[in-house]
Amino acid sequence: MDCCESRMLGPTRRSLLLSGAAFAAWAYLPKFARAADARDPRLVVVILRGALDGLATVAPLGDPDYAGLHGSIALAKDGPNAAIALDSFFGMHPAMPEFARMYRDKKAAVVHAVATSYRERSHFDGQDVLESGYAGPGRVQSGWLNRAIESLPRGERVSSGLAIGPTTPLVLRGAAPTVGWAPVNLPNAADDTAMRLMQLYQDRDPALATALSQGLKLDKIAVGDEMKPKGGGNAVAAMRQVARGAAKLMAADDGPRIAALAFDGWDTHAQEGGPVGRLAQLLGGLDGALAEFESGLGAHWKDTIVVVATEFGRTAKINGTAGTDHGTGTIALLAGGAVEGGRVIADWPGLANGKLYEARDLAPTTDLRAILKGVLHDHLGISERALAERVFPDSGMVKPAKGLVG
Amino acid sequence: MARDPQGALIALNRFGFGARGGASGDIVNAASDPRGFVKAELARPNAALLELPGLQSTTELGQAMFAYQLEVKMAREAALKTPGLVPVEAPPAAMDKKPEAPANMNNAMTGNTTMTVQPDAPKPPPAVALPPNVVQKTYRAEALARIQRATIAEGGFVERLVVFWSNHFCISAGKGDPARMWAGSFEREAIRPYVLGKFADMLKAVEQHPAMLFFLDNQQSIGPNSKAGERGKRGLNENLAREIMELHTLGVGGGYTQADVTSLARIITGWTFAGREGKIGTPGSFAFNANAHEPGPQQLLGKTYDDTGVTQGEAALADLARHPSTAKFIARKFAQHFVADAPPPALLARLEGVFRKTDGDLKALALALLDSNEAWQMPMAKLRTPYEYLISTGRLLARIPEDPGRYFAGLQTLGQPLWTPPGPNGFPDGNAAWAVPEGMKLRLDLAAQISTRLPDSIDPREMLDVVAGEAASSETRQTIARAETRQQALTLLLMSPEFQRR
Repeated sequence: MDCCESRMLGPTRRSLLLSGAAFAAWAYLPKFARAADARDPRLVVVILRGALDGLATVAPLGDPDYAGLHGSIALAKDGPNAAIALDSFFGMHPAMPEFARMYRDKKAAVVHAVATSYRERSHFDGQDVLESGYAGPGRVQSGWLNRAIESLPRGERVSSGLAIGPTTPLVLRGAAPTVGWAPVNLPNAADDTAMRLMQLYQDRDPALATALSQGLKLDKIAVGDEMKPKGGGNAVAAMRQVARGAAKLMAADDGPRIAALAFDGWDTHAQEGGPVGRLAQLLGGLDGALAEFESGLGAHWKDTIVVVATEFGRTAKINGTAGTDHGTGTIALLAGGAVEGGRVIADWPGLANGKLYEARDLAPTTDLRAILKGVLHDHLGISERALAERVFPDSGMVKPAKGLVG
Repeated sequence: MARDPQGALIALNRFGFGARGGASGDIVNAASDPRGFVKAELARPNAALLELPGLQSTTELGQAMFAYQLEVKMAREAALKTPGLVPVEAPPAAMDKKPEAPANMNNAMTGNTTMTVQPDAPKPPPAVALPPNVVQKTYRAEALARIQRATIAEGGFVERLVVFWSNHFCISAGKGDPARMWAGSFEREAIRPYVLGKFADMLKAVEQHPAMLFFLDNQQSIGPNSKAGERGKRGLNENLAREIMELHTLGVGGGYTQADVTSLARIITGWTFAGREGKIGTPGSFAFNANAHEPGPQQLLGKTYDDTGVTQGEAALADLARHPSTAKFIARKFAQHFVADAPPPALLARLEGVFRKTDGDLKALALALLDSNEAWQMPMAKLRTPYEYLISTGRLLARIPEDPGRYFAGLQTLGQPLWTPPGPNGFPDGNAAWAVPEGMKLRLDLAAQISTRLPDSIDPREMLDVVAGEAASSETRQTIARAETRQQALTLLLMSPEFQRR
C-alpha cells in the first residue's frame, strides 16, 4: 500500500489503546432530567476488567491474617507509603488520595467482601455476569445498565459530540440506544463521500447503514481540543483522559446522564506491587479518573454517583510470583456528591483459614446486585420490581441496599 | 465448468484476503472452480512456513535481546558513574515492561524511536549514541514478513488459517521486551508448522514456547515443594494453566474445576526458558527446570499423572488435546471465524466429528469446512476484521509494503494492533465487535486517506471487477461509476459491502 497511504497515519498521529479505555452513554436524556425540580441525577459505571485485588486496594489492616496472607505486597498502617486510614480497620491504598479525600468528605464509600453471583474464575464469564446482570454466564445480548435505562422515560436525544466507541461495554449494550466516544485522531472523510456511501448501504446493507449513520452523525460536533489524544502518557494518563472527556460530555446541559466506562489491565498475576508498583499505578489512574469526574462535572457532581466494579477478586494469599491469582470476594467503590459516604460497607467475613472461600479467596458476604439495585432505586427511581425482574433477572431474593444515596 | 461469480467472491473473501489487483486474474480463476481454488493452496507442501533470510530463530533472537539488555544496563551504570553525565532512559522497547502502557506501545508500533529523557533531569549531553534497538527492529521485520506474505499469497486461505490459530493461541507483544521480540518467531515456530498438521503438536509447541511462557508468567511459577520452592520466596502461578484449559483446549464450560487448574499449574512448573547465563539450557530456548518442578503425582480431570519430569506436562497436554470438549470448542470457534457468528449446528457437528475422528488433524478440519455446503451457502454477513481489511486493500492495490509502519498505525486506529490483543482470549471475532458505528466511521476515514494517494492510472470501475467480478451489485457499480473523483470512487469501493463483507 506504499503509494496509497497517507502521511496522516504516520507516527505523529496517535490513538489511545482503544481496548484499554472506552466510554459509552445512553443516547437520550431521561425525562426527569427536564422536570421542574432541581434534581438531575447522573450515573457513571466504571468496569475494571481483569479482576481488581480488593484486599490490596482497601486493605483490612485490622484483620490479623491480612499481613501474612498478602505478604510482601501487603499495605501497612505506618511507615513510608502507609495506607490511608478509612476507619480503625480498613486502610486505603496510598495511590488513591483523591478517593480518600472524598471519603473523608462523606462523598465516597467502599463496599467490601462483595461479589457478583458468579463463583468460577474465568475473566470472560465473570465479566459477562458482572455486566449482563444475569445470575450466570452466557447471556451477552444486553447489559443491566441498558435494561435499567429502558425502564426510564425517554426524553430528548443527547446531542453532544458523541459517537459510539469502537466497543460498547456489555453493561450498556442492549435495546436502549447508546452513544459513545473514544479519543481517536484521524481526519474525517469528506461529507459527500460519506453520504454516497450511506446511500449505497441503505440500498445494499442496512446494518452497516445504521452503524455508519450513527458514527457519522454523532461525530459531527467537535469535541474540543483538550479531548484529542495527546502524545506521551501511559495507562494512567489514558484513564484520566477518557474520564476528562466523559465528564465534559456529561456536564453539558444536553449531555448524557448515564454512562459506562471500562478500564483494562487489572489482572495482576505477577509482581503486583504493594504501596508502589504495577497495581499502584493503575489505582493512581483510577483515582485520577474519579478526580476528573469530580472537577469536570462541576456543579453536577453533587447529583452524581460513580460506581466502580470488577468481575471478581483475587486470592487472599499472594501466589508464588508476588502477585495474586483469580479469586472471589473483592470491593466496589461509590463516589460522588450523591453518595451517602464516609463508610466501608462490609459484613466482614475474616481472613482466617476456615473463613476463606474455598480456602483461598475473600468470602463474599454482600451481593453486588444489592448495591447496584440500591443505587438504581434511590438515585434513578427504578422500581424494585423492575430491578428484580428485568434489570437483574431472577434476583428477587437480593434486596436493594438502603441508604447508599444521600 | 460453469462460472460461479458468487462462489469466487466467497472463495476469495470468506476464505482468503480478497482478490489481488494487477494482472492476477484471481476472481476469474476462482470463478471457474471456487472450491478447487481454495483447496489448491492446501496442497502445496509447507504452505504455511515462513522462512526468509534475516528471520532468526527464537533462541537466536533471545540471545540478541539478552545482549542488548545487558548493553543498555551497562551503559546506564557507566553513565551513573561518570560525573557530569545524566542517566538517559533506554529507548522505548527496553522500557516497555507494562502491557497497559499505550504510549510506549504506540512508540514501538509506529517506529518512533525518539529518546525519552527524565522530565525533570537536565538535558543530557548531545551525541550519546544509543545501541540499536534490536527488539523494535525485530518486531518490524517480523511484521513486515507476515504482511508481505499475506499480500502476495494466492487466495490467502493458509495465511488466514495462520491468523486464526495465532489469535487462538495469542500472546501480546505489549507484555514486554521478550513478547515483542518473539511475537513473530512464536508464530513462525509454534503456529505455522502445524496449521495443516496436528492440533496436539501445535498445543505442545505453543505451551513450550518461550513467548507463551513469558506472556502467561509460567517462567516465574515454582512448585512449592520443589527444591527452588523450598528455599525461595516464589511459588505457584496458575495463569498459564488456567488459560490452557479455558482458552486453548477445553473452553470455559469444558468440565474442569479450580482443583484441575491448580493441578495443571503444578504439572507445568519448571516449564521455562533459559536466561542469558544459560544455567538451565541454551539461552533463549525452552528449558525444563527440574529444580522448580513440583514433585509427585498430580490429579487432572480424574486421571493421575506421575511425576516424570517434563513429560508429565506433555502427557497432560496430549490428553487435553484429545478431550471431547476441545473438539467441540475448536469446531465452534473455527466455524464462527470462517462462516458465521452463529454457525449452523449441522456444520458444527461435522467439524467436531472430523476433529475427533482424525485426532485433531487440522488439515482435515480445514478440508471438512471447504467440503461442506454450509460454508458456501451462508450469506456473507461477517465484516472483515481490521487486519483483513488492510491486507485486502494492499492486495487490491498490488502494493507490497516495504515498511510496516502504516499498517501498524491503521491497525491501532481500528482497534486491532498487530500481535497485541487486549487479553489472552485474543481479538474478538464477530460483527458485535467490528460492525459498530465508530469502527465503521474510522474505516471510512482510513479508506479516504488511502485513496488520496491513488495514482491516476487506476480506474476504480475496473477495480470493482477485480474485487467482485460479476458478483458486484448494480448499486455498488453505479455508486462507483457516479463518483466525483477517482479518489472518491476508490473510497466507496473499499467501503462497499463487496469489499467489507465476507
